[in-house]
Amino acid sequence: MSLRRLAPPEIQPASFAFSAENAEWAQATIAKYPQGRQASAVISLLWRGQEQEGWVSHPMIESIARMLNMPFIRVLEVATFYTMFNLEPVGTYLVQVCTTTPCWLRGSDDVVAACKKHIHPHEKTVSEDGKFSWMEVECLGACVNAPMLQIGSDFYEDLDGPTTERMIEDLRAGKEIKPGPQNYGRVSSEPEGGALSLTDPSLYDGSVIGQYHEQVPQPANTDAEAKAPTQAASDREAPIQKPPGAAT
Amino acid sequence: MLADKDRIFTNLYGFQDPGLEGAKKRGQWDNTKAILALGPEAIVDIMKKSGLRGRGGAGFPTGLKWSFMPKEIKERPHYLVVNADESEPGTCKDRDIMRNDPHTLVEGCLVASFAMRAHACYIYVRGEFIREREALQRAVDEAYAAKLIGKNNIHGWDFDLYVHHGAGAYICGEETALLESLEGKKGQPRLKPPFPANVGLYGCPTTVNNVESIAVAPTIIRRGAGWFAGIGRPNNTGTKVFCISGHVNKPCNVEEEMGIPLRELIERHCGGVRGGWDNLLAVIPGGASVPLLPKSICDDVLMDFDSLRAVQSGLGTAAVIVMDKSTDVIKAIQRLAYFYKHESCGQCTPCREGTGWMWRVMTRLVQGDAKTGEIDLLQEVTKQIEGHTICALGDAAAWPIQGLIRHFRPEIERRIADHMKEAAQ
Repeated sequence: MSLRRLAPPEIQPASFAFSAENAEWAQATIAKYPQGRQASAVISLLWRGQEQEGWVSHPMIESIARMLNMPFIRVLEVATFYTMFNLEPVGTYLVQVCTTTPCWLRGSDDVVAACKKHIHPHEKTVSEDGKFSWMEVECLGACVNAPMLQIGSDFYEDLDGPTTERMIEDLRAGKEIKPGPQNYGRVSSEPEGGALSLTDPSLYDGSVIGQYHEQVPQPANTDAEAKAPTQAASDREAPIQKPPGAAT
Repeated sequence: MLADKDRIFTNLYGFQDPGLEGAKKRGQWDNTKAILALGPEAIVDIMKKSGLRGRGGAGFPTGLKWSFMPKEIKERPHYLVVNADESEPGTCKDRDIMRNDPHTLVEGCLVASFAMRAHACYIYVRGEFIREREALQRAVDEAYAAKLIGKNNIHGWDFDLYVHHGAGAYICGEETALLESLEGKKGQPRLKPPFPANVGLYGCPTTVNNVESIAVAPTIIRRGAGWFAGIGRPNNTGTKVFCISGHVNKPCNVEEEMGIPLRELIERHCGGVRGGWDNLLAVIPGGASVPLLPKSICDDVLMDFDSLRAVQSGLGTAAVIVMDKSTDVIKAIQRLAYFYKHESCGQCTPCREGTGWMWRVMTRLVQGDAKTGEIDLLQEVTKQIEGHTICALGDAAAWPIQGLIRHFRPEIERRIADHMKEAAQ
């Protein structure tokens, strides 16, 4: 478990309110859940609040508790339990470096070193220019593209020390960086140098449509019926052509 | 090697259009109405006959799980909940399904919900997968717009599909913790029984399935249980998306036949182990939670549930983490021990206290700063955590360390001896 507390009172803002757009979004989100189950929306609302403000504050928790008709303590529990909620201010760019074993095996130590050098020697500390902070996080689920890090909504994959340094400097200079694999040529999770499977063009020309219609057995309720000769093709929307003498 | 035409996720790498038009062209949403026309019992029966075992780690037969749901809707509605809280270290297969082949999942949700008589389904996506969540939501929106799902859809089964998300808690991959989280609480697992099929989401009958288990269902039914059961080995049938990471030349995700030899998987798809097969030290074959295997076992082990179980490990999520001879294997497992310490939900004492304790001992073992007797003590503590917690996180924290002691005890002892020698000088 990790011990997580709200930020000290002196840095808590006086109040919190969703922007008009976010407030509307919140109502639509609450409506996804059955009547009386609006508490289900708590994570989504806290997340949207964090997207708006950068971190989760005491007034935000109070405000969301009122919106969802939940006791304050229940929302506080959620905010402190889930580690993606920042309980104190972070840099404009929060660099989250995965250091769990698969990334560590591929050199996440170098990525961490780059963050220490270019952002701040300590994690969870805002850099001098106020633009960055970094932290180590647990497995982000992009292990075949290790090592990797997340900034905002995007994953940056297949990194090494120099690439990470360059990315941070580019962001600092206001340049855009491309999400995804950073070693040129790789698109996603395929092996470097090009896919070795899924290369058959007939998968993609539409010829697969309808190829298996005859495999779907006729409607049946029991095993025995499923094995019996087929009947009532007229029940279906479109009749299914079968070669003469074909079994089910 | 599995032929391309037998692969289910034909856009795993995202080279093609993930949208509805592209998905249809690849054969998804093809004749779905005929699948539903089979009726719930027949669908469950096909799933049972296909031999599909859950792809989330535990390997429970999917068709059997579906059959636990009540046969008719009474006063409580039924729910399908899809577990897309993919956080097992080494695993990144559901991510590719959601971002590149999302319609396999959307169609699977419809078919599975129909088979379980559910009119609503929630997909719980891990919080960090923001782009994946957006990709999935786009697919859901497309399916609504085309009336494939929703009220009065063309399939004749009213069905609402919602994308929900977490906020960074590994434990929410446990099915009852996921339900708690979905209800807006801390993700702390529930005691079972009652099982979710009786008392699940909002106290209603619920089935929780992994993304991959649901996404393969329409193709299995379309192509027949016999096709799926004909791939792999008895009791370990079908295809599986493997994620191979770590010290291989070309890490990748690939859909392969169950029971493919580990060596073939690595050499055919990943360009081999870095420095050659003889440079292999150990492999974690199924995500962080399963015990590692030394090279001697890796030489000829098959990648399926029963084969890996026979060598005291497991297929888990089929996330293969490869370590070559340059690896500090004690440090690798110590890092996993930290992971479990960080992710323990704090509910059960053996896990809450034990994961921290094991991590601290493992940290000293990395330096060799320990007594030889502490290895046995550590082993004993893992046994006291294993099986003594509400959920399997306690087991998952214990197994990697047990595997390390089982196969690399001489290495731990050597490091302790070296440290003592250094201290004496």
